Amino acid sequence: MVEVEIKHLTKAFDDNIVLDDISLNINEGENFVVFGRSGTGKSVLLKCIVRLMEADAGEIYIENQNVLTLDIRKLNEVRKQIGFLFQGAALYDSMSVRENLAFPLIRNFSFSPKEIDFKIRNVLEKVSLLEAIDKMPAELSGGMKKRIGLARTIITEPKLILYDEPTTGLDPITSKEISQLIVELQKDLNTTSIIVTHDLICAKIIASHAVVLKDGKIRYEGNLDSLTSQDDPFLRDFFSSDIIDIKEGRN
Amino acid sequence: MENTTTTQKNISIFGKRLSEFFGIVAGLSLFSLEFFKNVFLPPYEFGEVKKHMDELGVKTLPIVSVTGFIIGLVLTMQSQPVMQKFGAEAFLPGMVALSVVRELGPVITALIFAGRVSSGIGAELGSMRVTEQIDAMEVSAINPFKFLVVTRVLACTLILPMLTVYVIFLAIIGGYISIYLSQNINFILYIHAVVHSVDFYDFVPGVAKTFFFGYIVGIVGAYKGYNTENGTVGVGQASTSSVVISSLLILLVDMVLVKITVSIWG
Repeated sequence: MVEVEIKHLTKAFDDNIVLDDISLNINEGENFVVFGRSGTGKSVLLKCIVRLMEADAGEIYIENQNVLTLDIRKLNEVRKQIGFLFQGAALYDSMSVRENLAFPLIRNFSFSPKEIDFKIRNVLEKVSLLEAIDKMPAELSGGMKKRIGLARTIITEPKLILYDEPTTGLDPITSKEISQLIVELQKDLNTTSIIVTHDLICAKIIASHAVVLKDGKIRYEGNLDSLTSQDDPFLRDFFSSDIIDIKEGRN
Repeated sequence: MENTTTTQKNISIFGKRLSEFFGIVAGLSLFSLEFFKNVFLPPYEFGEVKKHMDELGVKTLPIVSVTGFIIGLVLTMQSQPVMQKFGAEAFLPGMVALSVVRELGPVITALIFAGRVSSGIGAELGSMRVTEQIDAMEVSAINPFKFLVVTRVLACTLILPMLTVYVIFLAIIGGYISIYLSQNINFILYIHAVVHSVDFYDFVPGVAKTFFFGYIVGIVGAYKGYNTENGTVGVGQASTSSVVISSLLILLVDMVLVKITVSIWG
C-alpha cells in the first residue's frame, strides 16, 4: 500500500485550465473516488500522477518521491508499483489474452515461464475469465475486455491502482460486477486505489472517500453519504439521476 | 478588391502549407534523433525485429513479385523496337539489366513498399495511440518507442534491400521471357550478356540506397502513427500521409544519392 500526496497541481491546455491548484491526500488502503463532469480533468489528474501527461506546476508524492521531478529510470521504478486500468481497457490488439498478461511480467520481472503461466491463470480465475486465455481482444465483449484489462493491471501486484472510468460503456449489471470485483481485488491485494468515475452506483460500492471536481477545482471532499445529501445545486444536479436510480432500486 | 482578397487567401494557404511542411521536417528530424538514441541501447529486441521482417516480407512479396516480373517484361518490350531501329539489339539484355539494377528496381520496389508498409505502420501505431495501448505500455514501465518504433524501422531498413535484390532478379527473368518470345534467344547467352554489362559499381549503389529508402518508409510511417491525434479520423490521416510523405522523400533522396554515386563512380 502507498500513500499519494498531491500538492498544488496545475495543468492547462493553452488557455484552458483543467486542473487549478489541486491538493489531495490519498491515504494508504483508501478507495478514493474522483467525480466530475466530462472534461473536468479527472483523467488528466490520473495521467499526471503517472506522468503520461506533464503537469505545469505542483508536486505529486508517491512513496515519498516527487514523481514529477524523477528521471525516466527512477520514474519507471515507481511505475512498476502502479497499475492503471484504462477506460477502453487498452489491451494490445496484436496479442492474445495470455500474451497481454505475460507482457509486463516478461519485460519487467524475471519470472520463469512456469511462474508466469501460474500468475496468468491465477488472475484470470480472479476475474472469472480463465476460458478466454487464448482469445484475441477482438473476440471479447466490452465487459470481458474490462475484466482482462483489470487482470493485466493486477498481475504485477501493484501497490497503487488507478482506474479511469472502470464502468463507462457497460450495462448496469456488468458495471456492478466490475465494481464488486474492484472491491474484492482491493481487499485481496491490499492496494490503494484512485477511481475516476461519474457512476454513482459504482462509487457507492467502491468508495471510502470522494472528491468532486468542477472548473479545475475541488468542489467537495468527504465521504459519499454526505456528498449525496449536500444542498449545493451543482451536486444535486450532478447526482440527481443516479440517486433516483438508486432509490428506485434499479441498480 | 476581390482579386486582392483571393491573393491574400492564397498567400495565407501557401504560408500554412509551408509551416506544416517545416513542422513535419522538424518533427521527423527529432523523431529520427530519438530513433538513433534508442537503437543502440539495451534491451535489444531482436525477436521483434525478426517478427516484423517476416511479416513485412510476406505481406509485400506477392505484389513485388508481380511488379518485378512485369517491369522486366514491359521494359524489354518497349525498348526492343527502338534498339532494333539503331541495330543495337545485342545490347538489349545489358540495357534492361542496367536500368533495373541502377534505378527501376530499387525505386519501384521502395515505392510499392511505401504504399504497402508505411501506411500499415501508420495505421497500426495510430490505432494503438488512440486506443491508449501506447500509454498502457508506457505506464507499465516499458519503453514503447523502442518496442514499437525502433523494431519496425529496423525491420523496414533490413528487409527492403532483400526485396530489391529479389525484384531485380525477377525483372531480369521477365526481360528474358520477353526476348525469348520474340527472338528465341538462349538463356545462358542472355545471362552472360547481363552479367557482362552490370558490374559491382552498378549493383552496390543501387541496392545500398534501398537501406535509406527502407529507413524512410519505416520512420515516416512510425512518426505519423506514433503522433496520431483526433481519434479514428487521425488514424486514416496518418495512414494516407505516411504514404505521400515517404514516397516523396524516397524520390528526393534518390535524386541526391544518384548525384553522389554518379559523381563518385560515374
